Amino acid sequence: MLSGVNKHFGDLHVLQDIDLTIHRGEVVIVIGPSGSGKSTLCRTINRLEPYESGSITIDGKELPSEGRELARLRADVGMVFQSFNLFAHKTILENITLGPVKVRKQKPEAARKRAMELLERVGVAHQAEKYPAQLSGGQQQRVAIARALAMEPKVMLFDEPTSALDPEMINEVLDVMTDLAREGMTMVVVTHEMGFARKAANRVVFMSDGQVVEQADPETFFTAPRSERARDFLGKILTH
Amino acid sequence: MAEMLERADFLAAFWMTLRLAVLGTVGALLLGMVVAIMRVSPFTSLQFFARTYVTLIRNSPLTLILFFCVFGLQNSLGMRVGDDLSTQNLFWGVVAISVYHASFIAEALRSGVNTIPLGQAEAARAIGLPFGASLRHVIMPQAVRGAVAPVGNVIIALTKNTTVAATVGIAELASRMKTSIEFFPNLLYLIFVLVAVCFVVLTLPTGLFFTWLSRKVAVQR
Repeated sequence: MLSGVNKHFGDLHVLQDIDLTIHRGEVVIVIGPSGSGKSTLCRTINRLEPYESGSITIDGKELPSEGRELARLRADVGMVFQSFNLFAHKTILENITLGPVKVRKQKPEAARKRAMELLERVGVAHQAEKYPAQLSGGQQQRVAIARALAMEPKVMLFDEPTSALDPEMINEVLDVMTDLAREGMTMVVVTHEMGFARKAANRVVFMSDGQVVEQADPETFFTAPRSERARDFLGKILTH
Repeated sequence: MAEMLERADFLAAFWMTLRLAVLGTVGALLLGMVVAIMRVSPFTSLQFFARTYVTLIRNSPLTLILFFCVFGLQNSLGMRVGDDLSTQNLFWGVVAISVYHASFIAEALRSGVNTIPLGQAEAARAIGLPFGASLRHVIMPQAVRGAVAPVGNVIIALTKNTTVAATVGIAELASRMKTSIEFFPNLLYLIFVLVAVCFVVLTLPTGLFFTWLSRKVAVQR
């Protein structure tokens, strides 16, 4: 469904000749040390970061460069940010209905009803009339997931969704994501949560220095990594 | 003292100052908003024009701009608006005050845009809003909220800067103050207090209003 071929860019060369195919319904977890380009990869998929060469196709369609075409494509790609990025001047409910009403041209009433269902599902329906700053980080991130889901995306991108959260809030977000994965959503998740990777991933992609070093199913990757760099990385994070 | 008040006609002068301040504020807000939108627009030519405008006007003295309008445009080039001299002077006085303060308003609005984290625009794009829609629904509403307090400061400064209009013979408070001092030097301090009170009546409520408004519409992050 999504074949990213050969993207590399920047004088830093943060993504070097990446080839990656993600199939419908697959949950791909991208891990790797800081600065390895995994966030950039995630942001490149819906072109929040431009790239110089190579191509990205979604459902066989090439990613358009800018303008309305790209906006339409982005509507099909849900994105969840590390820093939530809920619209600070809108209520939780308005945050979720903005896209469906303005982009999908849904009726406000229908969009509101659907938004409440989604909020119910992520467990923050009782906060619908509040503003983002009044919610905890974990609640905000779950709203951000609901906002992305409201667009009925073909694929969801998660850019370190739990990195800005207090430890006790990480699980409430991961639970929502695990449910999503179980329901068959296509997901690309950049994360440091190895437990989640083991539990939810169909495939683990290990990146280092802008390259995909290793791809494997989680069991193989965590127990018998092939590459030296992956062994080194896992050794550092799994020992404590 | 009663004679001074009667002859000096402070009420008429206050009314002139009020008109300069209100009309000047309206002009400055409209013009400043246009310049600010040009400044953040994706077109380099508009950005260049806006940047030049702000740099040029903000760094020129108001007196120079006012003299240019009244002596350069009105008297030399004969661009007269209105029937009598006082209307003509008022018109160019308002234009000069608007043009000058629009550069500050534009900067205040731009600072409002700068208070918005980049992630807000990214999130707007990520749900598929095109540039215009993300500007309208996400960026501008937050920018205006963030700019309320600095815009209030500009309006207070504008109110007090109307006194520059005295230099081209517009009969507002400062010019009336000067003539009153000439005729009634023994009431000097009283005249000062009177003019000060007139300005405080204008600026104090403005300041309180904008402080209240900025708190009320502030975006919590």
